[in-house]
Amino acid sequence: MAECHPVGFQWVMEAKARGATIIHVDPRFTRTSAMADIHAPIRAGSDIVFLGGIVRYILENDKAFKEYIIPYTNAANIINKEFKDTEELAGFFSGWDPVKGEYDGASWGYEGVEETIPAGGHQEAVPGGSTPHVPGKAVTSARRDETLQHPRCVYQIMRRHFARYTPAMVADVCGVPEELFLRIAEALCKNSGRDRTGAFCYAVGWTHHTVAVQYIRTAAIIQLLLGNMGRPGGGIMALRGHASIQGSTDIPTLFNLLPGYIPMRHPKYNGVDDYLKSNTASAGIWSAFPAYFISLMKAWFGDAATKENGWRFNWLPAITGDHSHMATVADMVDGKVKGYLVMGENPVVGSMNGTLQRKGMAKLDWMVVRDFALTETADFWRTAPEVVSGEVPSGQIGTEVFFFPAAAHTEKEGTFTNTQRLLQWHHKAVEPPGAARSELEFTWKLGKRLKALYAASRDSKDDALRALTWEYPESSPGEPDAAAVLREINGQGLLDGRYINAYTELKDDGTTACGCWIYAGCTAGGVNQTARRKPAREQSYVAPEWGWAWPNNRRMLYNRASADPAGNPWSERKRYVWWDAALGKWTGVDVPDFIADRAPTYRPVPGATGLDAISGTDPFIMQTDGKGWLFAPSGIVDGPLPAHYEPQESVVENALYPQQCNPMRMEWHRRDNPYHLAYRDPRYPFLITTYRLTEHHTAGGMSRWLSWLGELMPEMFCEISPELAAERGLEHTGWATVSTARGEVQCRVVVTQRMRPLRIRGKMVHQIGMPYHWSWIGRVRGDAANDLIGFVADPNVHIQESKVLTGNIVPGRRATARRATLGGSPGNAIELPEPGPLRNLPGMVPFKRQPLQNDPEKE
Amino acid sequence: MGFLKILGDHWPLAKQIAERDVTGLGSLSWSERSVGLRPRIDGAEVHQSVCPYCAVGCGQKVYVKDGKILDIEGDEDSPISRGRLCPKGSATFQLVTGTHRVRNVLYRKPYGTAWEKIPLEQAMEMVAARVKKTRDETWDAKDEKGHDVQRTLGIAHLGGATLDNEENYLLKKLYTSLGIVQVENQARI
Repeated sequence: MAECHPVGFQWVMEAKARGATIIHVDPRFTRTSAMADIHAPIRAGSDIVFLGGIVRYILENDKAFKEYIIPYTNAANIINKEFKDTEELAGFFSGWDPVKGEYDGASWGYEGVEETIPAGGHQEAVPGGSTPHVPGKAVTSARRDETLQHPRCVYQIMRRHFARYTPAMVADVCGVPEELFLRIAEALCKNSGRDRTGAFCYAVGWTHHTVAVQYIRTAAIIQLLLGNMGRPGGGIMALRGHASIQGSTDIPTLFNLLPGYIPMRHPKYNGVDDYLKSNTASAGIWSAFPAYFISLMKAWFGDAATKENGWRFNWLPAITGDHSHMATVADMVDGKVKGYLVMGENPVVGSMNGTLQRKGMAKLDWMVVRDFALTETADFWRTAPEVVSGEVPSGQIGTEVFFFPAAAHTEKEGTFTNTQRLLQWHHKAVEPPGAARSELEFTWKLGKRLKALYAASRDSKDDALRALTWEYPESSPGEPDAAAVLREINGQGLLDGRYINAYTELKDDGTTACGCWIYAGCTAGGVNQTARRKPAREQSYVAPEWGWAWPNNRRMLYNRASADPAGNPWSERKRYVWWDAALGKWTGVDVPDFIADRAPTYRPVPGATGLDAISGTDPFIMQTDGKGWLFAPSGIVDGPLPAHYEPQESVVENALYPQQCNPMRMEWHRRDNPYHLAYRDPRYPFLITTYRLTEHHTAGGMSRWLSWLGELMPEMFCEISPELAAERGLEHTGWATVSTARGEVQCRVVVTQRMRPLRIRGKMVHQIGMPYHWSWIGRVRGDAANDLIGFVADPNVHIQESKVLTGNIVPGRRATARRATLGGSPGNAIELPEPGPLRNLPGMVPFKRQPLQNDPEKE
Repeated sequence: MGFLKILGDHWPLAKQIAERDVTGLGSLSWSERSVGLRPRIDGAEVHQSVCPYCAVGCGQKVYVKDGKILDIEGDEDSPISRGRLCPKGSATFQLVTGTHRVRNVLYRKPYGTAWEKIPLEQAMEMVAARVKKTRDETWDAKDEKGHDVQRTLGIAHLGGATLDNEENYLLKKLYTSLGIVQVENQARI
């Protein structure tokens, strides 16, 4: 955190100055470790064992905050008889379909509720076909045992599930000594209860894994057990890496979502009614789903969207599977994608298997790149290593390329949403130089041109475009007014023209329009709330008048949990939001994240639906049952509880279960994307992990061209321990070549005790650390670490596993880089064990997991 | 006092007392030249902004004079950053004013070996024509299983996390109306 989010880290230091214990768990010793009270070096890819060990410690030592978990979480819920745990099924949960290679989660539900409980907003995460869909009716009739003794209650299921995550197992699998692990577990538990809270911060070190979502789930379980959610000083903080990566998730340039986490159309929905029914929860905030969706259709299609024509649901394109980045690139390589628009991203450097990215681009008919300078992505056809070396001559690349210079944030106005869901307006300071323009202007004008080109069309495929609302006032000649776009996102009443003040005002009858329901209220009263800048020193520490946070300017989600079930603060010290009995409403230092006048004593009648089903003690109002989910009865495709699986490429066999890897992981079996053996590959004996540095930004598009930053961090390097240096004859500041089956990169060697070999399952394991910022253009250059990494992904969110893989390192520079994409094969001919170690338990999975793309080069 | 003033011409302490600037750090520290000096940002417009690098969302102040950015500094009013910027945030001035920024639209013909400059309007027209042509040629009313899909898999988009919400909104809105579903950004990277 001190490395990649230094200014955010000042608050960690503030906490430390007030007596907080700072714990840092990371394979490397970094600036964060230097400031922490405890640093635990860990084997990359083993965190579920570490975190699961903490869960077990809490459960077995009776350290959970019982007054919190019994009313506020599903600890007491009884799970269906049919549910079977990984303990019983060799690392699988019940419901595994070995033919389809996916789970049917029907057995994971609550007893007493016949249908599956939907997970708010993430219906699309349920694998197609296997979903009995599911309003989760009668959630109020779920059976609970508040003594937590029932053998099938979540609490007892968790005790059995995590029983094998012992301190000895943590030491053996993660390389964290037992006494160090116990110190951390004790410190966390001591910091729980009415008076104390603890927070978790994480970044892509947790998300770039084939079990990424389950990492975060394990942390969420700890935080719920310790009573750290919805309370000041608690929570799980995702430290995200781009200025508006949260905004581009909320208003998604993502394939599977519409604005506000509304799922895209899918053939599994039999028309608009089925779509609305399937996504409407019986209770909680998602029970008003039709209002959110219909208001979006009204914002986009105006008068053309009516109840009679199904709000033009049929105009939405349907997704039928995985259309995420890696799947698209694989399709590109196979010649299925013809046109590509890339804006402010540099996938040749930032995405996996860079040569495969370029191979895809070379197959396109045309490509548009918008950026500040000619990135590697824009210039690949001219200066890529394989072009310069003559392996792929420029004259053989047929792609037509357009480069548009982009306006900087100082040359346009608009909002970024930061990692805490805060929208902040930035003002335009100067005009963009030359032909540089904002994406807002580019997109608007492209849309206007396309509307003109299709104006005369009577083809039904063009109806949606022709009806699309696309009239925006201009803030200066030719430039659409970003404030007007923000007002459309906020929403308006169509009968009275008034701006929507909160998402609760949205209607399902077509009388409101709203571009993103969770952002409703950002221009409440016609005032741009995101531009508010009341100085911090002139308001409370929550700073409610600085910018605007979704939803409804709440700075902390689920803050009802900051009060006890009776509605009183858990303690004076942790006062945040509480029930004011005299006024008959919730109040506090933040906007209460609850139904404003719902008394703590309110209990729904059996069979209640919508917001009526939320009890006065149910803080997690986005969830259908209002409870924090220790056990996820739906919404997660690879299991209701986290289980440790080894990475796609590991150095050891899975010590927890016979199943080696996440059975639901996504693989791309292609010759240009080869994998190593599951573990103990004699060619690739070391672990590699990648990371970012303080002085550079992601794929370098905003940092490698700057002399100020280039001087601070001028060259690609890897970090290794003195022990590995001795073993391989590597010298500090000398050259090394790091290789995988995908390719090889050269870099300088930094020999440092900050990298420590760890004893894993009785064997010393070395980890190689590699920053991934560099590539062949820019003021400072170097090989791109991501060229080493293959396509393999988490099944819930399709994110790649780039934080752990295996590789080799040898002294010296490479000659010409060997790249699997161009047919280069590993030079080191070592005889491989036959048959190799298995990633999957025999009989439990099909021979090859989807998605399988065609490999046209297959002989 | 007159005596002190005379004495002060030779003895600074006397002058400091006479001028009621005992520490010598007040009015007496100014020279004729320094009295006339003004900070570079004096009289500049100040635009409140947000750091474009990571997602912490530190406040920035952009100082502008004569249509040019003079400097970008941390915004001490921000409850997030309290005026601080990290090495990247502190380099924002160079990011937005540096010589690396391309000012022209560049075009590479199929199988071409060099970039050429083309006018913005022409490039926009060409891109719109390509989007239409590819979309029309690759349109799928139904997929191979006969499902009604109303889309094209011939066009894809990447990027969004470095852009504004309003920009992402228009992109998703336009692409969806065009039937383009392969829209992705850095959230998965």
